[in-house]
Amino acid sequence: MSGKLTYALPVALGVAVLAAWELLVRAYNIPPFVLPAPSAILAALLADWPSLMSSLWTTLRITLIAFALAVVSGIALAVLFSQSRVVEMMLYPYAVALQVTPVVAIAPLIIIWVGFERINLALLILAWIVAFFPILSNTTLGLRSTDHNLIDLFRLHGASPAQILWRLKLPSTLPYLLGGMKTAAGLALIGTVVAEYGAGSGTATGLAWRIVEAGNRLQIPRMFAAFFLLTVLGIAIFFTLSLIEYLVLRKWHESAVSKEK
Amino acid sequence: MSVVAELKGVERTFASGIKAVGPLNLELREGEFVSLLGPSGCGKSTALRLIAGLLEPTAGEIVWPNGKPPIGFVFQDPTLMPWATARANVRLPLDLARVPSEETTARADAALDRVGLSGFGNAYPRELSGGMRMRVSIARALVAKPKLLLMDEPFAALDEMTRQELNDDLLRLWRADGLTIVFVTHSVYESTYLSTRTVVLTPRPGRVLAEVASERMPAPDPAYRFTTQFADHANEVTSALRNGMKIAA
Repeated sequence: MSGKLTYALPVALGVAVLAAWELLVRAYNIPPFVLPAPSAILAALLADWPSLMSSLWTTLRITLIAFALAVVSGIALAVLFSQSRVVEMMLYPYAVALQVTPVVAIAPLIIIWVGFERINLALLILAWIVAFFPILSNTTLGLRSTDHNLIDLFRLHGASPAQILWRLKLPSTLPYLLGGMKTAAGLALIGTVVAEYGAGSGTATGLAWRIVEAGNRLQIPRMFAAFFLLTVLGIAIFFTLSLIEYLVLRKWHESAVSKEK
Repeated sequence: MSVVAELKGVERTFASGIKAVGPLNLELREGEFVSLLGPSGCGKSTALRLIAGLLEPTAGEIVWPNGKPPIGFVFQDPTLMPWATARANVRLPLDLARVPSEETTARADAALDRVGLSGFGNAYPRELSGGMRMRVSIARALVAKPKLLLMDEPFAALDEMTRQELNDDLLRLWRADGLTIVFVTHSVYESTYLSTRTVVLTPRPGRVLAEVASERMPAPDPAYRFTTQFADHANEVTSALRNGMKIAA
């Protein structure tokens, strides 16, 4: 019952809002460059399907690569921190500085440094900067939260530092890491889009650039179509990671265990 | 009986300057069931960690006349890896010692059998009750065939019936394996029922205040809890404990 409602309620609301939107636009004759009707957006989506899809793929590819790099480098640095207090004290403030600096502010600089001829690399770096920190901070927290008695037990049985890391610390970090990954994947998308805006016209061909381009040409339905695809992409990324989290943790972690058992 | 370990003036002072234990003088003899009994915060757990080698004494020394034996450790909480099945948890000490895997599974299952958990090898800790988790923890401590078993208030969090059941099962395992057990508890009745010798510690820093030997060989016999012998023994231990509190006050 409540399971079906979980899907039925938001869908019903969405259909109602779309219907009201369509009716209002038609009833008041609102021009499409102010607010296009859903039907006009759908028409634009279908008409521009090939170019929008290719832009979607560009944005998605950079998002995924930046996310993967953020995961690998975030875990690696967190592990390094957990092994060496000195390295942590030295580097952590800079990791925070990287995180708190708004990506919009440093985008032009990075793009100039990397060069317009390698714009995808610049976008990748910017998206990585945004996505990296939640992985680092969550993994660091997870590694520190490892049960001290279990660490003692491992030591009592002569475990090497590598055994403690692989068999104990990394598995107990998983719930934290997966939470960080959910945040980071969304941020990688945001970072990519912001960086595309920063890159502006020229060589960038992602969804953000389609939005800028359509806005400049007052092709508002097309702009909405690109918005829509970005939202769908964000939701898809979120659900994919939620699914991964559930599949990994369902056997043992409280967060994934259903209440009635 | 040969001496397994001798604590000579062992002290442990923490970085904060608080002395948790000592000087502690104590002899552990082979096949004994020794309970360390004392008020909360008297350094019982610290003493156990010192014996295990998880902490180094800041003064004094622990002598092992016949070499340090293989040690099993049971914590107050079951301390299981939640992502691993009961079998994988029990197998851990063997895995860490790089015992071949075809052997570890059989030995882990045998250890689970011994604590009454046959058939629960594939269960995850969250699927087990508190008492069953503690049984897994005991199976893990026994799987590598230790000579010395150290237990830190293992049954404190369990309900009374489960606790009594586990007391009896522990005595059976102790007798069958010829283990030496050091058992930390704050329950007079538990130490009276289980141990060949109860060592009463003072409030912090923990030192030996009194030793009360049992006149009876501990055995799994629930009826013993209702005998006058048991009551007398418990009274003796209780008054030693009271003395300790008075000295401290």
